[in-house]
Amino acid sequence: METANASGLQRCPTSTLQPFRESLNVPALAPFDAVKNLGRHRPTTEPALVRWLLIVLALLFLALFLVLPLLSVFVQALSKGLGFYVRTLDDPLTWSAIKLTLIAAGISVPMNCLFGVAAAWAIAKFDFAGKQVLTALIDLPFSISPVISGFAYVLVFGAQGWLGPWLAARGIQIIFAVPGIVLVTVFVTFPFVARELIPLMQSQGRAEEEAARTLGARGGQMFWRITLPNIKWGLLYGVILCNARAMGEFGAVSVVSGHIAGRTDTLPLHVEFLYNGYDLTGAFAVASMLTLLALVTLALKAWIERKESSLKL
Amino acid sequence: MLLSRQRRVLPGFRLTLGFSLFYLGLIVLIPLVAVFAKTGALTWERFWHAAASPVALGAYRLSFGVSFLAALVNAVFGLLVAWVLVRYRFWGRRLMDALVDLPFALPTAVAGVTLAALYAPNGWIGEWLAPYGLKISYTRLGVFVALTFIGLPFVVRTVQPVIEALDLEVEEAAATLGANRFQTFRRVILPALFPALLTGFALAFARALGEYGSVVFISSNLPLRTQIVPVLIMSKLEQFDYAGAAALAAVMLVVSFLLLLAINGLQWRTARHHQQT
Repeated sequence: METANASGLQRCPTSTLQPFRESLNVPALAPFDAVKNLGRHRPTTEPALVRWLLIVLALLFLALFLVLPLLSVFVQALSKGLGFYVRTLDDPLTWSAIKLTLIAAGISVPMNCLFGVAAAWAIAKFDFAGKQVLTALIDLPFSISPVISGFAYVLVFGAQGWLGPWLAARGIQIIFAVPGIVLVTVFVTFPFVARELIPLMQSQGRAEEEAARTLGARGGQMFWRITLPNIKWGLLYGVILCNARAMGEFGAVSVVSGHIAGRTDTLPLHVEFLYNGYDLTGAFAVASMLTLLALVTLALKAWIERKESSLKL
Repeated sequence: MLLSRQRRVLPGFRLTLGFSLFYLGLIVLIPLVAVFAKTGALTWERFWHAAASPVALGAYRLSFGVSFLAALVNAVFGLLVAWVLVRYRFWGRRLMDALVDLPFALPTAVAGVTLAALYAPNGWIGEWLAPYGLKISYTRLGVFVALTFIGLPFVVRTVQPVIEALDLEVEEAAATLGANRFQTFRRVILPALFPALLTGFALAFARALGEYGSVVFISSNLPLRTQIVPVLIMSKLEQFDYAGAAALAAVMLVVSFLLLLAINGLQWRTARHHQQT
């Protein structure tokens, strides 16, 4: 198998011909092994030189666009030494940004998690008119510019917005304050869990749940013992992506934030605050935290994907 | 109704659907309706003045033009990366595969400041280009670099599963019939990948049109020169010109909806095609 891999072949062609061989009663592998030994150049792959060239080209592209930016974040963040790095991260303004980012993610992720499970249950386990439309509408926040998302919330909750006068009369401020930041974060991360769970639960069908019900399980028992164990990896996957976006959102949050450092700045907004204040190293120090978050997200994502594919096999 | 039979067995249909619709309406639909309501309240002259001003037209041209070019570059390199990741085995393949999603996971503001620094005249990449008079950061090329970065995963991730599902026997048949490898690629493989490639292109294009965070740092954001539509909307908001912002937002929302419709249609066709084969 290793040699097949090294020659750049995904699947061994002998396996795809197995049924034919059996039906023809041809003596085992011998002729096919001969083909295998014939050479490095097979009809279903490219000449070695082309392969090598394509790999180098792809790696150069990825290095230029992904690896180099990644490295540069950390190099710039540490360019004034470890002391400066720690001082920037230990700053009260940074701490308040961390706190606000955790609040926004801590509220929006569980809310969208609850919605994702509910929507996937209704869509995957039942048939009803307008199911396609509902599924398409759930994806809507992904296709809208973050700036427009933030603006839409200003038009509902802002001083000149629909609810503005009502809220102002009660002394509640949403836009340019923390509640607005939480609300737009909920909006931009809205589809993540649902879009992960809908196809998963559709592919699992409803037989297991129906069996549980027939055997006398109550709704709650069915959910905790059958549904949740079945969807846990998909759910975790959705939660991780949802969390990454919730902590990293910039455009939408930027519209509804008051941009008051220490009060209404999340981590991404704090990066902008430092950058615009010409504290480049400070900006990259805070950016390096967010980059670490992104790397952890990617690692967890890859881990779950491997787990899922090993479960399927 | 078809429902009655299932509802007897599985519980929670009314509750979950009711909650989903309520939540969708509250979080997504009402705010979007607010944008169109604000636009609808404008007179036609006011709308036209904001949505078709020279500055707005310049921003559309830049946004659509550069998003298109960035999506095109991503289509070519995305196909290449997907092909290499699926078909070849080399050192670091797993790492690269995981890293492709970086633009999804990295906050756009971080991407913006990083790319701006890399491509600035004193940056790691910019300093090599500066002697040739080539400036990237704070020019239109910078906008192009940022939009290429954020659109990178889309084509790879839509094309990759289709390459994995390609049947090698078809390629063997092509070779048996005397096609060389390039002919097989152009006449057999590429047509099979095309719908997915187009979907990935459309997704990258749609994402690039709405992007704000990364571009605002790497561009000089000058009206008529390097200002994309989302940045123009933001500048209207900063001046509290909500009417002007609403007009531009409505135009972009309509474009987004049309793109979403096209992408859904494409994906539906691809799925149907796969079921048939």
